[in-house]
Amino acid sequence: MLETKGETKILVKNLKKSFGKLEVLKDINTEISSGEVVVLLGPSGSGKSTFLRCLNRLEDITSGDVYIDGVNVADRKANLNAIRQKVGMVFQHFNLFPHMNVLANITLAPIELKKMTKEEAEKKGMELLRRVGLEEKSAAYPPQLSGGQKQRVAIARALAMNPDIMLFDEPTSALDPEMVGEVLAVMKELARDGMTMVVVTHEIGFAREVASRVIFMDGGYIVEEGTPDEVILNPKEPRTIDFLNKVL
Amino acid sequence: MYNIALLSISDIKIVSIVKTYWSMLLLSLGQTMLLTLLSLAFAFVIGLVFGIMNVIKIKPLNFIATVYVDGVRGVPLIVLAYFTYFGIPMFIRSIGFSGFRFTALTAGTIALSMNAGAYMAEIFRAGIQSVDKGQMEAARSLGLGYGKSMQKVVLPQAIRTMIPSIINQFIISLKDTSILSVIGFPELTKAGNIIAAINFDVFSVWAIIAIMYMVVIVTLSRLAKKIERRVNVGNER
Repeated sequence: MLETKGETKILVKNLKKSFGKLEVLKDINTEISSGEVVVLLGPSGSGKSTFLRCLNRLEDITSGDVYIDGVNVADRKANLNAIRQKVGMVFQHFNLFPHMNVLANITLAPIELKKMTKEEAEKKGMELLRRVGLEEKSAAYPPQLSGGQKQRVAIARALAMNPDIMLFDEPTSALDPEMVGEVLAVMKELARDGMTMVVVTHEIGFAREVASRVIFMDGGYIVEEGTPDEVILNPKEPRTIDFLNKVL
Repeated sequence: MYNIALLSISDIKIVSIVKTYWSMLLLSLGQTMLLTLLSLAFAFVIGLVFGIMNVIKIKPLNFIATVYVDGVRGVPLIVLAYFTYFGIPMFIRSIGFSGFRFTALTAGTIALSMNAGAYMAEIFRAGIQSVDKGQMEAARSLGLGYGKSMQKVVLPQAIRTMIPSIINQFIISLKDTSILSVIGFPELTKAGNIIAAINFDVFSVWAIIAIMYMVVIVTLSRLAKKIERRVNVGNER
């Protein structure tokens, strides 16, 4: 989508991740630039989500390096809290805080981390809710919302810290089909605004329409990557072809 | 019929005992409540600290928490009370602090706090573990530290699920204060002992003591049920 490649936002070098004896990521190398929308495709168990969770080190990294804006998050001494403030994350199961209303969910981190005063955070929170079309739900509690609404609030919550990278971990997989569209619409708008995004999804249509690059993973490796046209319409690797035949 | 009509109320044994000893009974009940509340306040803090030490992913802390909980739960409260009241001061005297001793209140509070603290640690552990892992992950992914995430996101949810268990522990600890009569703490059971030694109607004396415990505990658990219901209403929002 972007003609000119921006600065490098994420640089992954020889990333490996094991859970006990099970090696889930077996040497991942890639580079993601500012404004790119990278969609990770692959069968379940291929390591997509683990890869995503290594980017903000929700998973400990077994070996290799992951640089976010030049800072190596694999480094034990890295200030993870500072890095995570710049990397928003949206989860499959929303993970909204059920004991706080919608606005409090959004303003918690900016207020606690002293990024904004309460007034500023609430003003910003209302703006974000307007952006995701849920202004009237600011005083509602998460259990009162539909899945699609919850996920849109979760996106607003992640945006409240003004991140410059957004990670999406299967954001529509837990939704009823009729709610998938509203969440994807918000994500498309974010992409249009130039947000650097890494998205794990099974929504091939979203990948074709929005992704600047598609990465196909299988068995802990990046099997193939390229533009949506290259990877989705003209896949070269047998494993990619096999996977796409099953999902399309 | 005539006889019953003439019977004055003070002729009933229980009533006469209450009339004679009411101030002592009430004072000792106050001591029971004081000991319970003090111990539970400390137990809450002990439970919070050891509960978190148990769930945090740092092996040495897990180990310390496990040793504490298993150790204290493995010792009967009466032994813990003797050890605190007699044993520890003797040890402290032996290392040069001659004349050192605990008051019965201090020793009682230490023993009961340690005991209830071990159970509270388990209540906290279970409460924290009952909160979905995604809650901590979401808070951490926003850049909040472990402590802040615990304080603002996990614990408020955990404590709601813990309320019935905390109330239960309160009632158990209140009854356990009676064990501390063995170190001479002037709580309700001790008062019963003293009155029974003066007034030989042990049936009436212990009936009074039992009823007093029962009234307090039933009242408190009713009150607690109300609080629990109110908190749960908030939870459904």
